[in-house]
Amino acid sequence: MSVRDDFTDRIPGGDAGLIVLVLLATYLAYVLAGFVLGYTLRGQLNSIATLTFYIGVFAMLSLALNLHWGYTGLFNIGIVGFMAVGVYVTAIVTKPTYVAGGAAQVGGLGLPLWVGILAGMLAAALLGLVVALPALRLRADYLAIVTIAMSEIVRFSFLSGELQQFQLFGNRVGFGGGSGLILDFAPPLEALLRGVGLWDAYLGFVDAFQVVVPRNPKPVVDGLIYGLLLLGFVAAFYWLLKRTGESPFGRVLKAIREDEDVANALGKNTDRFKIKSFMLGCALMGLAGILWLVPQGAVTPNFFRPRVTFFVWIALIIGGAGSNTGSVLGGAVFAAVLYQGPRYFQNLVTAVFPNFDSPSGFGQAISPLISQFDPVPFLLYTVDSIRQLQLVVMGLVLIWLMHNRPEGMLGYRKETASVIPLSRPKSMTADGGDDDSVRTDGGVDAAAEGGETDE
Amino acid sequence: MSDAADQPVEDVANKVDEGALGAFASGVDTSVDYPLQVEGLEKSFGGITAVDGATFEVESGTLTGLIGPNGAGKSTTFNLITGMLKPDAGTVTFNGEDITGEEPHQIANRGMVRTFQIARELSEMTVLENMMLAPKHQRGEALWRSVMPGVRDDVREQEEELLERVWEVLDFFDIAHIAEEYAGNLSGGQRKLLEMARALLTDPDMLLLDEPFAGVNPTLEKKLLEHVHELREQGYTFLLVEHDMDLIMNNCEHVIVLHQGSVLTEGTPDEIRSNEEVIEAYLGGNV
Ligand SMILES: Nc1ncnc2c1ncn2[C@@H]1O[C@H](COP(=O)(O)OP(=O)(O)O)[C@@H](O)[C@H]1O
Ligand SMILES: [Mg+2]
Repeated sequence: MSVRDDFTDRIPGGDAGLIVLVLLATYLAYVLAGFVLGYTLRGQLNSIATLTFYIGVFAMLSLALNLHWGYTGLFNIGIVGFMAVGVYVTAIVTKPTYVAGGAAQVGGLGLPLWVGILAGMLAAALLGLVVALPALRLRADYLAIVTIAMSEIVRFSFLSGELQQFQLFGNRVGFGGGSGLILDFAPPLEALLRGVGLWDAYLGFVDAFQVVVPRNPKPVVDGLIYGLLLLGFVAAFYWLLKRTGESPFGRVLKAIREDEDVANALGKNTDRFKIKSFMLGCALMGLAGILWLVPQGAVTPNFFRPRVTFFVWIALIIGGAGSNTGSVLGGAVFAAVLYQGPRYFQNLVTAVFPNFDSPSGFGQAISPLISQFDPVPFLLYTVDSIRQLQLVVMGLVLIWLMHNRPEGMLGYRKETASVIPLSRPKSMTADGGDDDSVRTDGGVDAAAEGGETDE
Repeated sequence: MSDAADQPVEDVANKVDEGALGAFASGVDTSVDYPLQVEGLEKSFGGITAVDGATFEVESGTLTGLIGPNGAGKSTTFNLITGMLKPDAGTVTFNGEDITGEEPHQIANRGMVRTFQIARELSEMTVLENMMLAPKHQRGEALWRSVMPGVRDDVREQEEELLERVWEVLDFFDIAHIAEEYAGNLSGGQRKLLEMARALLTDPDMLLLDEPFAGVNPTLEKKLLEHVHELREQGYTFLLVEHDMDLIMNNCEHVIVLHQGSVLTEGTPDEIRSNEEVIEAYLGGNV
């Protein structure tokens, strides 16, 4: 029981309160930094929108991974492969059909976006099934090898010239090879608003926003509203996974994580539970990938390198495997501090030292520090290479976490795996009072076990 | 414990005896009286033959002991019977049906459940979660029922019923005071109690206990034994592995002696006690 635990207990609203508090603090820090940087209102709103976007996608991904790893103990290090399949299948289903001479090299099936999203999720889930069927029966670490191999195979397939274009249902479609695909269809926000008939109202709202952001407010508003939409998806993921975890189904998953043989010996068909859990998580990863990449307007296979998978793992480890609240928090902290933070920090430093040119090489950076104890060139050099250093920082954070807080911020909060609280039902008396009682005295255990028990 | 006691094995046995099945084939009778039949079971690991043609039966409603020196193959036999290991040869028959090679969960669902020699509690789950896991046919084990609004209320209802049973069993085993504790924090003896309680909640006909008293202090051992006897009277069948001869002799109706993977002899405790071969096996055999 550390001080930190007491602290989290005292936050009003419990875990939800904690999440809100962390989000508020993060936004405050970004806005303050924006002031230092002399951002205009437009700049501030844009940075908030970007931050929200990344918080949203990493929270979703980390929630999905928590179902695999935190609940079921499935070691999936191919997350980005499931995202990729989700995005590409959505693209192929949703892209307008090919017309010769158009901008796009290949077309799609021209179906509505929601059909594309469902197809993308289904494809990710099915890929999960294909991967899981052979691997789940083997030892746990095989799944790790199989998933990372799969994610690279997926990426290379999308890169390959063979699949650059092919025929599907009489349409010229394809993965576009290394140059990727243009996602030439309405992005999710527009599709959604059009779908519910609110598109014109939205455009009106955007116009009204000109009071706040005078010129061309649409990208700003789009960004902010899409950020909100993503937070809505995070809430939906959370709701779904909380119910999944707090149920007899989640109980079996937890038991599999703890000791699969025991669950099996108690009559649970563990393979089946593992496959269901794996497929659900994969579908959610596909959806997160879709929501991340479809609004970007284009997608290339190179986005889907394994580093994205490791980002998600870091987010989950920061938050704490086993806890849905921790997953959201980890996603938010990762996005704000480790993913977006360094870029922001770079801007800050260059704003504070506007007149310095950062040294172009390591030698030039280090020599003033040694000869004149002048750290500024070295600092600037460091800041200049912050994107490269980002991965190093993440590694250091991971090492620090492993040593000091392996369970993450909220890990092992041990959300009880049941639909109802498990305290003794009120209808029962305290000692059971059954006739067939064989207890002679209540103190046997306490006396017999001596000091071995904890409380 | 009333729930589990609602369906004593005798009931089932009688029904089958008088019913069509009994008349249909007299051979089935033995399978009714002897729910577990093991024949010619063999298993080797590399060069070591752990089980070498073990053949025995366990009579319904008895507390049968399986003894033998360390390494005799008792735990391996359990693993073979319950599907954790696949035998190289031989058959396992339960309630008249061949269950050789079935998965552990299938066998557990047939009504035969085992405990482990080294207690395997689910550490990062509370005692209550450990217990709630066990009951069979939980509606909420279907993902969609647990998630869908409305349908989840059915699941909730069943959870409430299960919870009452769980607390009854906790009371029966006198571990209600540690109900909220994480299983990993329990003492060795408490883990053994938890394992047996958890196994009972699956509503089995037959329990295979692998050294349930190892590492358990004498007071607790006495208590556990009382529980076992009480349950046996309610109609459960027990196969008990133990290497403490006295304990087996004083508590079992029937004793099977396993030596180097096969059955050396079997009989009542008195017969076993006077059997020189057994004494030899225990004293180190033909030295
Ligand atoms: N998984 C295994 N791999 C290799 N050898 C094993 C394995 N399990 C058991 N054995 C060997 O089989 C023999 C019987 O073991 P076991 O069934 O545990 O005996 P018991 O429970 O009667 O003490 C021993 O020699 C043991 O070393
Ligand atoms: Mg053993």
